[in-house]
Formats: sequence, C-alpha cells, structure tokens
Amino acid sequence: MNNTIQHNPNKVIIAENLTKRFGRFTAVDNISFEVEKGEIFGFLGANGAGKTTAMRMLCGLSIPTGGKGLVAGYDIGSQTELVKKSIGYMSQKFSLYDDLKVWENIELFGGIYGLKDKEIKTKTDDLMKVLNFEEERDKLVGSLPLGFKQKLAFSVSIFHNPKLVFLDEPTGGVDPITRRQFWELIYDATSRGITVFVTTHYMDEAEYCNRVSIMVDGKIEALDSPKNLKSQFNAKSMDEVFQQLARKSTRKAD
Amino acid sequence: MIKFLLKKEFKQLIRNPFLPRMIFIFPFMVLMVFPWAASYEIKNLNLSVVDNDHSTYSRELTQKIISSNYFKLTNVSPTYKKALKSIEKDQSDIILEIPANFEKNLTNGQGGKVMISANAVNGMKGGIGMTYLSSILVDFNAQVIQELMPSSPGAASVPTIELDSQYRFNPHLNYRVFMVPALMVMLLTMMCGFLPAISIVFEKELGTMEQINVSPVPRLTFILAKLIPFWIIGFIVISIGFLIAWAVYGLIPAGHFSTIYLFAAIYILTVSGLGIVISNYASTLQQAMFIVFFFLMLFIMLSGLYTPIDSMPEWAKWIAAFNPLKHFMEVMRSVYLKGSNTFQLAKPLMALIGFAVFFNTWAVLSYRKKN
Repeated sequence: MNNTIQHNPNKVIIAENLTKRFGRFTAVDNISFEVEKGEIFGFLGANGAGKTTAMRMLCGLSIPTGGKGLVAGYDIGSQTELVKKSIGYMSQKFSLYDDLKVWENIELFGGIYGLKDKEIKTKTDDLMKVLNFEEERDKLVGSLPLGFKQKLAFSVSIFHNPKLVFLDEPTGGVDPITRRQFWELIYDATSRGITVFVTTHYMDEAEYCNRVSIMVDGKIEALDSPKNLKSQFNAKSMDEVFQQLARKSTRKAD
Repeated sequence: MIKFLLKKEFKQLIRNPFLPRMIFIFPFMVLMVFPWAASYEIKNLNLSVVDNDHSTYSRELTQKIISSNYFKLTNVSPTYKKALKSIEKDQSDIILEIPANFEKNLTNGQGGKVMISANAVNGMKGGIGMTYLSSILVDFNAQVIQELMPSSPGAASVPTIELDSQYRFNPHLNYRVFMVPALMVMLLTMMCGFLPAISIVFEKELGTMEQINVSPVPRLTFILAKLIPFWIIGFIVISIGFLIAWAVYGLIPAGHFSTIYLFAAIYILTVSGLGIVISNYASTLQQAMFIVFFFLMLFIMLSGLYTPIDSMPEWAKWIAAFNPLKHFMEVMRSVYLKGSNTFQLAKPLMALIGFAVFFNTWAVLSYRKKN
C-alpha cells in the first residue's frame, strides 16, 4: 500500500477515500475521484448531500477526518497554504466587500494573492472592458445588482490566474441571461487553462460540464460525461438522471 | 500584502456610517456628562426629625443640621414609628430622634442622648449620611459646652488633640479630578476592546471571512491589519480626552504626556487583542457582544474605578491583579495627579506588556483558517 498519492501533472484534483465526520454524522463518506486539467467538472447533489463539505475540504477550509486529497499537486491536509495559493474560490454566499468599490475589491484580492500594483492596475483595466463594467468601476459593490455581483465575484476569484477554481452554486438566484453570460465567462476561463470545479442545482448547467459527478448521502453515486450518464440511466436529460439517483437518498434535505 | 489589508480596513472604517462619528462623540459624552452626574458627594439627604422635646436646643440642633446644606428637612413626625413610615415611603433617608427632656438633661449636666437611624438600602448613602450627621452633632456638642460653661477653668484646660489634615495630590478632594483620568481609560476600553470584538465576527456573518480564509493570507498579517486601525483610533480618542480634560476641567497631567501615550500604546494593544480573541471564538454577533459585556462588567467592577481595590477581599484582589483595566487606571491617576514617571510605574508597565503579549499571541493562534 502506498501511503502518498502519486502526483500526476494532468490531474488537478485527486481525492482518495476522502471522509468528513461531524460527531456521529458522516457528511462526506469515502469519496474518490479525479479531475483532469482544463476540464469543467460538475459536482451535483441534493441539498445536504455533502457537496459543500467536500468542496471545503478540497479548498483547505476544512480538515478531512479521513482519506487524502491532492489539489494542484499539494496535499490538502499538510500543505493547505500552498493549495490556497493555487486555487480560486467563489462561495455560495456572496463574499466580496459590499462597502468597497469594484476596483477596490479587485485590488484587495489581487494584493492578497501577491500581485504587484502595476499588474493589478492593467489587469483591472482589461477586466472592466471585458465585463463592460467601466461605468461601475467606482461604485460600491453593495449597490450593484446580483447578476453583476456574481460575475464580478467570479472574475475576482480567477484574477490571480489560479490552476483551478471552485464555484459553489455560482448562479443561484440569477436570471437566465446573466447565467448564460456567466457560463461564457467560465468557458473563457477554461480556454486560459483554468480548471473549473462547479456545483449547481440547474440541470441545464450540468449539460455544459465535461464530466459530472452526482453525490447522494455523502457518496458519489455516478461519475461520467453527461452523455454517458444519460445512456447509462436510460434518460433523456440530466434532470432525469438526477431524479433517479437523488430519490435513493435517505438523508433529510435541509 | 498588509498594505492592501490595511487599506481595506481604513476604507471600511471611514465609510461606516456610524463609527467615525462615534470616535468623536463618544469621548465628549463620557467626559462631559459622567463626571458631573455620577458623583460620590452625597447631597440633599432627606431628613426626618422626631422632636419629643420642643425646646430651644432641639430647634437649634435641627436648624444647624439643615443649614449644613447636606440635609433637607422633608418630614417632621410626632413619633419614631411615623418617621419610619416616611422612610418606607421613600420620603426620607435618615431619622433624627430627639428625646423628651433633651434640653433639661443637657443643662443639668447629665448629657443628652439623640438617636439617628439611617436607611441603609443604599449602604453608602446611609453610611455617609450617618457620618455627616454625627460630625454635625459633635460640633453642636462643642457649642453647647461653650455656652453652658463659658468661663469654667476646667473646660479650657482640658487637653485636646487638634487635627490638621491635608489631602495630598487632590487638595480639595475634587471628585472630577479623580474620575476624569479613569474615565479616559474606560473610553479606550470601550472603543478599542468592543470594536475589534465585533470586527471578525461581522466578517464571519457576512461570509467575507471565508473568502479571506481560502486565500493565502498569513494569520499574523490578517490580525495585524485588524489591530493597527484600532491602535490609531485609540490614540485619537485619548488625545481628544486630553483636550476635554484640559478645556473643561482644567486638568493637565502632573507627569508627562509621553508617559501616558506609552502606556496607552500598550494598553490599546492589550484590549484589542482580547477583543480579537473573543471575535475568533464567537460565531455570531450576539455571542461576541455577550462575552464582551461579561468582561467589561468584570473589568469595571474590579478596576478600582468606583471602589478601591485595597478594600476588596483577598480573592478579588487576585482577580484585579489580572485586570489590565485596573493597571492602566492606576497609571492614569498616578500620572495625572501625582506626576509619576515610567520608572515609578515599572510594575504596571511590566504587567501591561505581559497582558499585551499574552492576548495578542492568543489572538493570532485562535484565528483558524480551517476547521
């Protein structure tokens, strides 16, 4: 038995028997999977299935109670700070500073990840153009509509060019047009070589992913490309696949 | 990296609709209102007199008491029982009962007896009232002796001890001189202890804390960025305090401002450190507030702000020894009133440095980026 996971430059995430227990409750139960460099990996599951907990472990926010994980080549148990340097994270809850202006938020997070002043400035200019945000640049983030905020939060999370970005339900509560634009931003990021790990409850979004895993009661019940999953479960859409799997859940959704 | 975090903290502080104003209004409120309202000097005690004698002397005594300005005659009752009723109704605080034949007995040379009984629900008020009244009676006694035996050769030759008392460092026992330096310490405690306690929990509730935790910010950097703004606020607040003390009360420290600033610098770090510790452990604002209130109560009660530490029981003195507020209050009063310098205050200096190191180390260690 090999005690350490072999690092493979083509795998951005390697999880082996990852487990998280809170007291007697096992939120994440022995999950193992790999994420390839450059792919969009969908991480689905009903509320309370353990998606966010698993994601928090991979980000170094939560210490696993069992198993191992390698993110961007670093061990999530012992090299958390190195993991943090190589990833971006956008949480379920909007988490930029409402009382800072758009450019100030970008400057802050750019600075935290060690970007130089000049670099931050030119990259901010570019970003404002791409997002069509030039007028909002000097506005307080708190005054922006949700769709704007989400696009900004995503852009900030990949501002330092991480190897991998974690998105936790990034499009919750956002209108269809903005969702569409949001996914364009995601595709744009992958074209720059950033791997995307995304959780969502929208099954149309699941179809956009290269590969999808579905978690039920802390375990990964299915993992494949949306096309293969549909044929495997004999379903017309990802929604049907999800329904078939999620119905097995014995855990009470929150 | 700390540059960016400090920028953020200052911008947030200035944009807060409430805090910048607090920094200026709070010192004014505390230093301009409290010293006038909260005073130890007990005045206007309500007196109830039960005069069973109705003589010249009994009237003279009553008159003397009232003219002292400490007492107000609010009730005259025929019997002690009725007088007690007036205490029950909260109309009077202290009863003076003059027995029948008071004057007769005095002139006979048998000596008179009067009874005072005070309402000690508020122990301090009762006690002080009793002391005032007794000293007036002693005075009256001397006066009576003078009147009754003006030429008695014996009276003049009775050797007496004459007291010549001096109050050092606060010659007029001015209550405000004593309170204002201590209130400045309270101010610093409230501003620099309370606000940091809220700051991190607030970010936890907003969700921004998670975004910071998932970034490679070193713990020390983050905590320092939280501490430094409060340090500066503390300096502003205490400087405003100096100004008010001088402009309103004419108070200038007998010692050096530099001594106070040195101690303040360490003290602010101490309370801010404690605030951050609380913030790290609390998961909601309510929790943080509640813990802060607990500590504030403890610190104030055992600080010597109102009641001297020396008169506390041994165990309370031990708690007080670990109370940073107590040490800094001692320093402030000593520097303001006695003009003490840093060398004379080496003991509290060591204690405060110890607390500052302890709380701030704890603050950094208890800030967890993962759980």
